[in-house]
Amino acid sequence: MYSSHVTKSTGRPWRKALLNIAFYLLIIAIMVPFLFVFYWMILSSFKNQVQNTAYPPVWVFNPTLQNYRDVFAQNDIVKFAKNSFIVAFGATGLGLLLGLPAAYGIARYKQQGLGLAILVARVQPGISFLIPLFIIFLKIKLIDTYIALIITHLIVTMPIIVWMMISYFEDIPAELDDAARVDGCSPYGAFWRVALPLTRPGIAASGILAFIFSWNNFLFSLVLSSYRTKTLPVAVFNFMSYEQINWGGLTAAATLITLPVLLLVLLVQRQIVRGLTIGAVKG
Amino acid sequence: MSESIAKQTSPHVQPPPGRRPPFLVRHAKWVFIGPAVIVMILIMIYPLGYTLWMGFHEWFASSVVPPKFVGLDNYVRIFTDDARFWDAFWRTVYFTVLAISIQTVLGVGIALIFNRNFLGKGLVRTLFLFPMVATPVAIALVWMMMYNPVLGVLRYFLDIVGLPPVEWVSNRLLVIPALVIVDTWQWTPLITLMTLAGLSALPVEPYEAAVIDGASGWQILRYVTLPLLRPVIVVAVLFRSIDAIKTFDIIYVMTQGGPAFASETLNIYIFQTGFNYFHLGYASSLLIVLFIIVMSVSVLLIRFRRVDW
Repeated sequence: MYSSHVTKSTGRPWRKALLNIAFYLLIIAIMVPFLFVFYWMILSSFKNQVQNTAYPPVWVFNPTLQNYRDVFAQNDIVKFAKNSFIVAFGATGLGLLLGLPAAYGIARYKQQGLGLAILVARVQPGISFLIPLFIIFLKIKLIDTYIALIITHLIVTMPIIVWMMISYFEDIPAELDDAARVDGCSPYGAFWRVALPLTRPGIAASGILAFIFSWNNFLFSLVLSSYRTKTLPVAVFNFMSYEQINWGGLTAAATLITLPVLLLVLLVQRQIVRGLTIGAVKG
Repeated sequence: MSESIAKQTSPHVQPPPGRRPPFLVRHAKWVFIGPAVIVMILIMIYPLGYTLWMGFHEWFASSVVPPKFVGLDNYVRIFTDDARFWDAFWRTVYFTVLAISIQTVLGVGIALIFNRNFLGKGLVRTLFLFPMVATPVAIALVWMMMYNPVLGVLRYFLDIVGLPPVEWVSNRLLVIPALVIVDTWQWTPLITLMTLAGLSALPVEPYEAAVIDGASGWQILRYVTLPLLRPVIVVAVLFRSIDAIKTFDIIYVMTQGGPAFASETLNIYIFQTGFNYFHLGYASSLLIVLFIIVMSVSVLLIRFRRVDW
């Protein structure tokens, strides 16, 4: 890599130091707006309602855990979190079960057509599939069931898993595969004993990303879930429509939804852009 | 299509001669992709076909009255007699163009700044991932709070620099720009990270030549870096456009298309038609139109995407 246009100043040392400081100030200036939203969310979750509705805003205060206690006590947040977890876990598991062999098939047998078809699920708005699926689920009485949510969330998880894994499987040298075949492995043995163990980091990364996107999904759950299977994003959206908005409780709930995602991201940060841009890069 | 030719040749070794491999081994290709194909047909192809069929019908989600065939009536109405559709269409264009222009300029600019080794670069990259992956509903909620014209923290910042309070999402003219700000906050990092990946894959020679020719830093940026980056930026722009066209979560949570439809994009309009008015036949025909719009942009993307970077 060649860093162009910066660092070519051969001037006096103090000038270089000054430029360096200016550079870091610039980096901080760029980062502050992006981080402020998170900072404000977390800060507000530790304020009481008076502090949250004060103007000018309160910056220094005695933090309270009351909002978190209220969220757990007054709402079925544990239940909604459980719903979110079941749906995300189910959609990710099923996505891996279907997606791993599919990705392997696409990579090894050059089935680009299927890859592109799966990409349609990634580029089309969720509502393209939601209206017909809603009608079908209504007819077969699957509204407000985990099955309906998990099936629709597959639309989110499958493209990520398949497209990320295609490139991982393509990175395996074909000779390794062939060697396994010569040693008497069936194609399935080669997949199970060679390809899957070699791509474990990719499986973990695509699984975690799929989980995050299912966890974050709002639209499918908004339409297909009712009280029984409501997921966290829909629950938080519903809290918002109360007459008196309780900002402390809302931001506490928002923090609770977001925190697991941010922690998971730390595990897969290297692969995340790959996962977010599936389809933009040829596999 | 080189792909279809490549399809014919399996990379695998030939089975030992004289013995035909078992059925499942001969058709391993289909066993691997079969289950996914079946599920894709069930959750994607069939629903899309159903939508196409429903688009020629009038139906109000009633269990008593079946869908009534109306031919092309829905489509005629969309293109000749639905002002709300056209408003939503142009609003979607406005939102997308505004959001993507700002994000591209900011995203590429930030990438050019980040494109050197500095202490904390890893941390900065990690933190930059957060806006993209944070739960959109949670993010929309925090922005709603910050946008509050009376006690929001943004009013406070405006106060400091001596500007009057702004109504943001409750003002018909400002609601789209306000939503664009949220979208920009969420997705500028993606353009930055895509551009950074592109920058790290640029060839060295053009830079050496430019330095030998005595080009200034600005000239190198203008005549070497940006032209070399162009393919990457085109892909990033198209890719982000597809997502911007279908933005749903933040708009629905923050405004539900309001005030007075001022932020009703196509996606929101279809949602309201389908799930608020339960006008499912008409919503289906609108979906087909949206499907075609998104597919057109996607085909462009597939044409322009890079083989590797």
